[in-house]
Amino acid sequence: MKIAVCVSHVPDTATKVIIGSDGKSIDPSGVTYVVNPYDEFAIEEALKTKEQLGGEVVVISLGTDANKESIRKALAMGADSGVLLKDENQRDSFGVAKALAEEIKNQGAEIVFFGKQSVDYDNSITGQLTAELLGYNCVTVVVDLKIDGNKVIAEREIEGGREVVETSLPVVITAQKGLNEPRYASLKGIMAAKRKTIEEKEAAPAENYVEILRMKKPAPKQPGKILGSDASAVPELIRLLREEAKVI
Amino acid sequence: MEKFKSLDYYNIEELLSEEEKLVRDSIREFVSNEVLPIIEKHYREGTFPLHLIPKLAELGVLGITLPEKYGCSEMNNVIYGLVMQELERGDSGLRSFVSVQNSLVMYPIYTFGSEEQRLKWLHKLSSGEKIGCFGLTEPDYGSNPAGMVTKAEKVDGGYVLNGAKMWITNGSIADVAVVWAKLDGVIRGFLVEKGFKGFSAPEMKGKHSLRASITSELIFQDVFVPEENLLPGSNGLKSPLKCLNQARYSIAWGVVGSMLAVYHTVLDYAKSRIQFSKPIAGYQLIQDKLVYMVTEITKAQLLNLQLAKLKDAGKVKHTQISLAKRNNVEKALEIARMGREILGANGILDEYPVMRHANNLESVKTYEGTHEMHTLIIGEDITGISAFD
Repeated sequence: MKIAVCVSHVPDTATKVIIGSDGKSIDPSGVTYVVNPYDEFAIEEALKTKEQLGGEVVVISLGTDANKESIRKALAMGADSGVLLKDENQRDSFGVAKALAEEIKNQGAEIVFFGKQSVDYDNSITGQLTAELLGYNCVTVVVDLKIDGNKVIAEREIEGGREVVETSLPVVITAQKGLNEPRYASLKGIMAAKRKTIEEKEAAPAENYVEILRMKKPAPKQPGKILGSDASAVPELIRLLREEAKVI
Repeated sequence: MEKFKSLDYYNIEELLSEEEKLVRDSIREFVSNEVLPIIEKHYREGTFPLHLIPKLAELGVLGITLPEKYGCSEMNNVIYGLVMQELERGDSGLRSFVSVQNSLVMYPIYTFGSEEQRLKWLHKLSSGEKIGCFGLTEPDYGSNPAGMVTKAEKVDGGYVLNGAKMWITNGSIADVAVVWAKLDGVIRGFLVEKGFKGFSAPEMKGKHSLRASITSELIFQDVFVPEENLLPGSNGLKSPLKCLNQARYSIAWGVVGSMLAVYHTVLDYAKSRIQFSKPIAGYQLIQDKLVYMVTEITKAQLLNLQLAKLKDAGKVKHTQISLAKRNNVEKALEIARMGREILGANGILDEYPVMRHANNLESVKTYEGTHEMHTLIIGEDITGISAFD
């Protein structure tokens, strides 16, 4: 059984983002890039699935040479091989999904893991698009997964609760926090990863349907208001929450 | 899901390989998730977090530089250093545990041991199944280990050990103690196993420092040690001193972790604590302290990296290790005390890790060669004149 996991190489969530001079991309200088946090759950689930069903795990990432760092981390955690789909240009989610779908088809993977969203552009759509392009079933925002033969039972997070769904292979799963506890890359794993290969190839071409026009920083946070420090401030607080903030 | 992002004022990140960064990040995450949430409780209660031992073994940090053949990770000294740095961001006691197992137990068994001894112990020490300790210091012989009174006498089939050791990290939980004793006036290493008749290792209580670490005495009363437990390659004081060089190296790196823990804690505090009209970080006296911290941390980071390169190239001198241990620990302690001042009264609470680090560093400044002894080691090296006998 071939299992694929798609990883995105994103700015560290602690990064203070600066908009580049073109006004529509971020300035990469001084930015640390990491494996997309949701993809860590995807990697862990791929490894657990392999431990349960056998087979091998291939890590796929689309981007530049820098993405190799994230691929290497997945290899250090225990994935078997990596593929870097090279493209220096900015792609929209469809463009990314197109190239990933092509490669997943090449690999013959029947179980594919994604993070539920990538924390850079937050479109939360690449997994679903890839499934559609491949004609695979798709379950998103998954917090529990059981695969038994051809049968897939997944628990997904929905507003205010959970939903259990059943589908069958081939399938794309997008991982939510809580699906598992990602393992730490051990020193031995990191050493072994050095000997694993990362295949590099040009990403399949694709049209972009969405163009970024410009980026804006959110408005600066307004300073808070202190109304007092004892119970006498409560009526005014309630009035403001009702009339100004309109939250009660 | 925010991760710890450490000070890197000089883009030292660029000097690390992909593999070195991966190891550092993995240990960093481990410390953030598994150590920081529990360490204050252990410190308060005076207990070592024993449950972390299997996890440390799984990470592969027990036996970092020794060969794969013995179940170890066979990595370079930059990685050894980075692991120590990250662990000590958690607590000096945790770093001490790993440092002792690596430098003072596995290293001498590998370096001075027979192939049988290596095969018997190294796999189990690396998997955390067995714990070790190192007995050199005695109640009356600290800076002057050559004067030790612990003695071994040759008897039929082995040796009989008599004497006592003190300040032994991991002593009470150790399955094997690497013990240094005089045999016909020459210091030799012996592997004393838990359960040997006449051997006991009571824990020392009442510490104000390294409270999340086990410190013990080792007592030997006519302990019979079989012939095969003598480390055949050990010969004279230089053997334990070689071990100490390894351990001192790990301290030089480790304390940078303490410095980072303190610096980031107090920087955040200074930026959010408002006195008079603005955050205290906006006042000159606080900025002076913060800049001092950044400068000393950056210098220590660069010092360590070059020390690692020299060590990997087999060119390092013990005096260079002394310089790094001496400097970095002193600066770490100064930074911790300074950090406590920035936190004001809050600094005495264990809600902040700063005073714990400061207290730990009091021990670190004294163990593995006191600050003063390192001064004299370097003094002798540069003048050619020894200031002690």
